[in-house]
Formats: sequence, structure tokens, C-alpha cells
Amino acid sequence: MSATLAQAALTAPQGFLSPNGVEIAFLLVGIATLGAAVMTVTTRQLVHAALWLVVALGGLAVEYLLLTAEFIAWVQVLIYVGSIVVLLLFGLMLTKAPIGRSPDADSGNRWVALAVAVAAAGTLVWVVVDAFRTSWIDLDGPAQGSTKVSGEILFRHWVLPFEALSVLLLAALVGAIVLSRKSAPDDAPGDAPAAAPRETESR
Amino acid sequence: MNDALDVAVRLVVVFVVFLVLPLVVGQTEHKVMAHMQGRLGPMYAGGFHGWAQLVADGVKFAQKEDIVPAAADRRIFQLAPAVALLPYLLVLVVIPIGPSEGAVGQVVDAGIFFVLAVMGVGVLGSLMAGWASANKFSLLGGLRTAAQLLAYELPMLLAAASVAMAAGTVSLPGILNAFHWWWLPWQIVGALVFFVAGLAELQRPPFDMPVADSEIIFGAYTEYTGLRFALFLLAEYAGIVVLCGLTTVLFLGGWHGPWGADGLGWVWTLLKTAVLAFVVIWLRVSYPRLREDQLQKLAWTTLIPLALAQIALTGIVKVAIS
Repeated sequence: MSATLAQAALTAPQGFLSPNGVEIAFLLVGIATLGAAVMTVTTRQLVHAALWLVVALGGLAVEYLLLTAEFIAWVQVLIYVGSIVVLLLFGLMLTKAPIGRSPDADSGNRWVALAVAVAAAGTLVWVVVDAFRTSWIDLDGPAQGSTKVSGEILFRHWVLPFEALSVLLLAALVGAIVLSRKSAPDDAPGDAPAAAPRETESR
Repeated sequence: MNDALDVAVRLVVVFVVFLVLPLVVGQTEHKVMAHMQGRLGPMYAGGFHGWAQLVADGVKFAQKEDIVPAAADRRIFQLAPAVALLPYLLVLVVIPIGPSEGAVGQVVDAGIFFVLAVMGVGVLGSLMAGWASANKFSLLGGLRTAAQLLAYELPMLLAAASVAMAAGTVSLPGILNAFHWWWLPWQIVGALVFFVAGLAELQRPPFDMPVADSEIIFGAYTEYTGLRFALFLLAEYAGIVVLCGLTTVLFLGGWHGPWGADGLGWVWTLLKTAVLAFVVIWLRVSYPRLREDQLQKLAWTTLIPLALAQIALTGIVKVAIS
């Protein structure tokens, strides 16, 4: 990926101290996204946390857009906001979603979680900075993250990781089906026989 | 300056369309249902078929008191109608109605992904409304909405992917430029899957389990009154316009027509959209509501296999002709 980005690199030197409009917008949206993410993990109201997550993921999509990666931005909205958050909300409503504060919505592991999060974020930032140190994107020019470019890069240079990921996801899917079938009627004949197949049907 | 003016004019036009077409569909629904069921309803306001009743209804909604239940989560309760309505406005911006440059609000490179992604966001409004109302019936409605969305999003995506494969692009004007008349029989299964899944996503009958009035009052919208309730209704009709427009663009050739496609392309688009909207209304008065397990079964055992078969067929034909 860095090869293609490097192709688009500008010849003129770039600086952090002369920001243009897009960079300022990027920074502001980034701050809003970070704020929403912090709200997600600190709010005491379960459903509010899920809704703040929508804001954070949407902000991330806007960041992709500002970086001219249009295709990635829409996929981000489609998968994360449209499906995963809906699944989260579905799970919350199905189990326990009180209006107002949940006193038990806190964990004793918060410091360990913070350490893991900081370590993960540090690793990611290090990898990205190390990989794209000298690559620059022309934000004002035509989109370089268009569907065509993304598709070509994905299926020409990164086919193997792509296929490996799809096999991994397939394995996860099969595993989920196996797990949900485990409580078959022959295990517990007292259960309502209709319950097990219904569960797998609606996933 | 000229660019800014151009953008402003486009946005205003899209906004006007967004305000007018859903109301037209709503009024058509009243009248079509009235005549199909043989109970005419208000026929005198305004003279011709009681058209002014629409205005009276609007005034009525605006006059009603805006109530927020005491135990509700105020802010989310009040935000939900906007979250339900705005995505459809955004989708309308990218739907091309004619062949020329000026006949689309804004060309988006990955148009199919944009419309499907943004339409999925609209459902969050129903979920927020269902949860924040502090009402058991609303919560049940929200739950059913989520379950329905999870089941029907996949076949919709697969059907759209089939068209994208056929056209070799994911941009909506690009798909229309690549369209030939024989795509109609070729993609007909995908078209049916897309339309049915879209109906389910809009919670229109026969997929109106989430708002089933005889079981759970009005689902997630039970506690809403006045303008906020009107906004939810508007979102439903805007959804019909968007779904019919999208089906037209993706599967029925949009501005292509047997004749006169050069100057009158937009007429073809509107005509096809209107016919589809009529079908949506027709289905409402002629089909009984599907039960929850029938809903899930239809999605997972009928629509998804059909959509996958359509993709396979598209791939085979595509390889054969290239």
C-alpha cells in the first residue's frame, strides 16, 4: 500500500505548521472522535455507551473521508454503525438495558484494561508511523482511496491476507453455529424443543 | 462563487424533492387504500378527492402537544426522529434521475455502499425510540426492528453486489451507463430479493411485525405525539421513495426507456419509481402480516440462497460474455 501512496507523494516539502482547511477539519473531527470514545468507556449508562460508540465510529468514517479513502469510509459506516452497533443494541435490549445509571456497569479490571488499551494504541501508532513515515497524500486532489484503487491494491498486492482473513471469518462463523447448536434437545430433554432451532435461525 | 451557487441549488432541489415526494406517496397511499378497501374516508376537503386533508393533517400534527414520558430518557427520546429521518435525505442526494451531469445531487464514487450504509443508520432511530420510551411495547418494537434489520441487511447487500458485478462499478450513474435491456431478465431474481428485503427494512406490511398495531400498539413509536410522530411517519414514506428509486436505478434501468430517453430520462425514472411505490401500497392492503419466525425463515432460507444464486448466475454470464 505504501508503494502506491508513495507514488502520489508530493515533491514539495510538507510541514505540520502550515495546516490547510482539510487538516484542521481532520484534527477537529479527531478530537470529537476521541471525546466520543472516552465517553463510551466512562459513561455509566449502558445504552448511552453504545450510542457514543456510534458517534466515535462515525467520526472515524469522516476521518477516512477526509483522507480521501471514500470506499473505506462507507464500508466503515455499513459494517460498524449499521450492523455491529445494531447487534450490540439488540443484545443490550435483550438482556438488561435500564434507563438511567447502572451501578454495576463498572469493572474492577479498569486499570488493567487501561494498560492494555494504551499498549495496543502505542503499538498501532508505532506501526503506522513506521510504515508511512515518508508517504504523503494530496488531500485536495482527486481521491486516491477510490473503490477502483482500493480494489486493485486489495486483489493484486494483498490477495493472500485477504483470503486468509476470509477463511478465518468462515471458521468463526462455523464455530458460532457449532456453539449455538451444542444445547441440542438430546442434552436436556426437559427444554422446550422449539427453542434450540429458533436460536440458530435468528442467530 | 459559481460552484457554491451550483451546490446550493442542487441541495435545495434535493430538499424540496425530499419534502414533496414522501407526502405525495403518503397521500396516494390514503387514496389507493381507500379505493381498494371500499371505504373512502375524507372526500370533501379541497374539492377533488379530499386532497386538502393532507394539509389539515399537517396542521393537526403541528398543534398537538409534544409529550415526553416522565420515565423516558429525554435527550435520546427527542433525538430519535431526526436519526430516523435524516439518512433518507442523505441517500436522496446521490440517486441519479437522468442521464446528464446535472440530474444527480452529488456523484459519489462508491454509490451503492453509500446508500446501503446510510439507510442502515436510519434504523438506529427506531432502536433509540424503542429503548428511550420506557415502555415495554416500545422495547419489544425496538427488539423486533433490530432482529429484522440483522436478517434482511445481508440479502439486500448481496442483491446489490450482483448488479455491481454485472456493471463492473459501484457508482450509481456508472451502473446506469452500463445498463442494457437484457439485464432485466438477467437480474430479475436479484431485483425481487432487493425489493423484498428493502420492504422488510422499512418495516412495511407484510413485514410490519415491529409496529404491529394489534399486538404492540405501534412498536417503537407508541409514546410519540405531534411533530415527532409526524417525522417518523415522514421517514417511513421517505424510505418508500428511496427504496423504489434505488430499485429503479439498480435493476430497472433508471432513465433508460423504450423511447425518448434523451430528453425525458427523468420522466422514466419518476414513472418507474411511482409504479414501484404503488406496488408497495398494494402489498400493504393485500397481504397479511408475517409472524416473527416466518420473517426470519423467509430471510435466511429463501432470500439469502436466492441472492447467492443470483450472484453465481451473474458471475457465469459475466465470464461467458467477456
